[in-house]
Amino acid sequence: MSTTFSKAELERYSRHLIIPEFNIEGQRKLKEAKVLVVGSGGLGSPVLLYLAAAGVGHIGIVDFDVVDDSNLQRQVLFTVEDVGQSKAATAKTRLEKLNPFIEFTVHDTALTSDNALEIFKDYDVIADGTDNFATRYLVNDACVILDKVNVYASIFRFDGQLSVFNYVDKTGVRGPHYRDLFPSPPPPGLVPSCAEGGVMGVLPGMIGTMQANEVIKVITGIGEPLSGRLFLFDTLSFETRTMKIRKNPNTAPVTELIDYEFFCGSGHEEQEEPVREITAVQLKEWKDTNKAFQLIDVREPYEFDIANIGGTLIPQNQIEAQLDQIQKDQDVVLYCRSGNRSADVLRTLKAKGYGNLYNLQGGILSWAEQIDPEMAKY
Amino acid sequence: MAEIIIPTPLRKFADNQATIAVAGDNILSAIEDLVTQFPDLKKQIFDAQGQIKRFIRIYKGEDDIESLDNEKTAIEADTVISIIPAIAGGAN
Repeated sequence: MSTTFSKAELERYSRHLIIPEFNIEGQRKLKEAKVLVVGSGGLGSPVLLYLAAAGVGHIGIVDFDVVDDSNLQRQVLFTVEDVGQSKAATAKTRLEKLNPFIEFTVHDTALTSDNALEIFKDYDVIADGTDNFATRYLVNDACVILDKVNVYASIFRFDGQLSVFNYVDKTGVRGPHYRDLFPSPPPPGLVPSCAEGGVMGVLPGMIGTMQANEVIKVITGIGEPLSGRLFLFDTLSFETRTMKIRKNPNTAPVTELIDYEFFCGSGHEEQEEPVREITAVQLKEWKDTNKAFQLIDVREPYEFDIANIGGTLIPQNQIEAQLDQIQKDQDVVLYCRSGNRSADVLRTLKAKGYGNLYNLQGGILSWAEQIDPEMAKY
Repeated sequence: MAEIIIPTPLRKFADNQATIAVAGDNILSAIEDLVTQFPDLKKQIFDAQGQIKRFIRIYKGEDDIESLDNEKTAIEADTVISIIPAIAGGAN
């Protein structure tokens, strides 16, 4: 028996139903579809809002995280009242108010190699709105193994990427997947994360709505899904490009899920040399006892203006030009936001003969957590 | 001269410029000219063996150079070369 609609549903979806290319057949396909959205953050928020509004019959939400104050600049599913609450559960509550005619399944868990196939198997289409390379490769591989379409979107600062992977077209030809485009991930730390590199809040809104549109096209069969193509959007210049992606004959077959943290982490890269550290508590003691030492902030000036613990500001990329500013006859403590950049600077200076250096463990975030709760964490 | 579009994550190594004019008659010579102009880009694009890193794609126009003649792909004065890195968004 074909799927039917109540009077309330017909009225709700009427603006879809009167589109000749879409009509009630398109709406029926949406109602019969099961879509899993991996990540309910910046990308997941608009994807979930629009898929729920459009009438996708069953929506799964995977997210292990809780809502944080710093999410609200872009993750428009959530409000101030939701801070500290489960993202997946909060999203379901919000979306049920938007569309009571559809079903939701909450997967309040981290997606792993152990659970991905079990979670994915019941869905038709997967929308990848994750925030790290390990999960992106996991999502891709699980989709390849289970023969699911992977609607992919990714963002950084002002740039967005979008594609549809592992899509079989009307002639039966299967399109490329993520590994055909990027066979291996960048080493950790090379590409800054949103936490380090930032992201314009509007950007995931724009890219996420396009991602939702591709999901709807895949489900309903209208138009030409973005398979075999990579859409690039530079929102600053408003330049868009659509590049071809080919199936790479050198891509190894995906037959099983692997350890993705190892694949994307330090497993295939040389381990970085450990650096001598000082904790925020120890640094506080040094300050309180008026110990003679130099404190150097290696962040950018605009970060110093958000929050600082004093010291000399020498941004990371100016360190080598300002070596004369760095003391050699007393201890020197380097700090940044989370401790990564200052550790890099420490290694650079150590190689130049400085043996008097300490890295503030956990950076200024650690100071804010352990010493000064009034300091803004960013 | 051909033009190379620098992706946002790499612009800090290229004086924050979005596009760079380069000399050369193929992709490799164009990229070599780029890293001569901006030496900090070299280790971002090439690995220790001098190969283009596998998480970076190089395009001539809309085409991945792997579908053409790789680094030997000929370029013309109006060629637009794109360097496309993997980005993940969100967390590290």
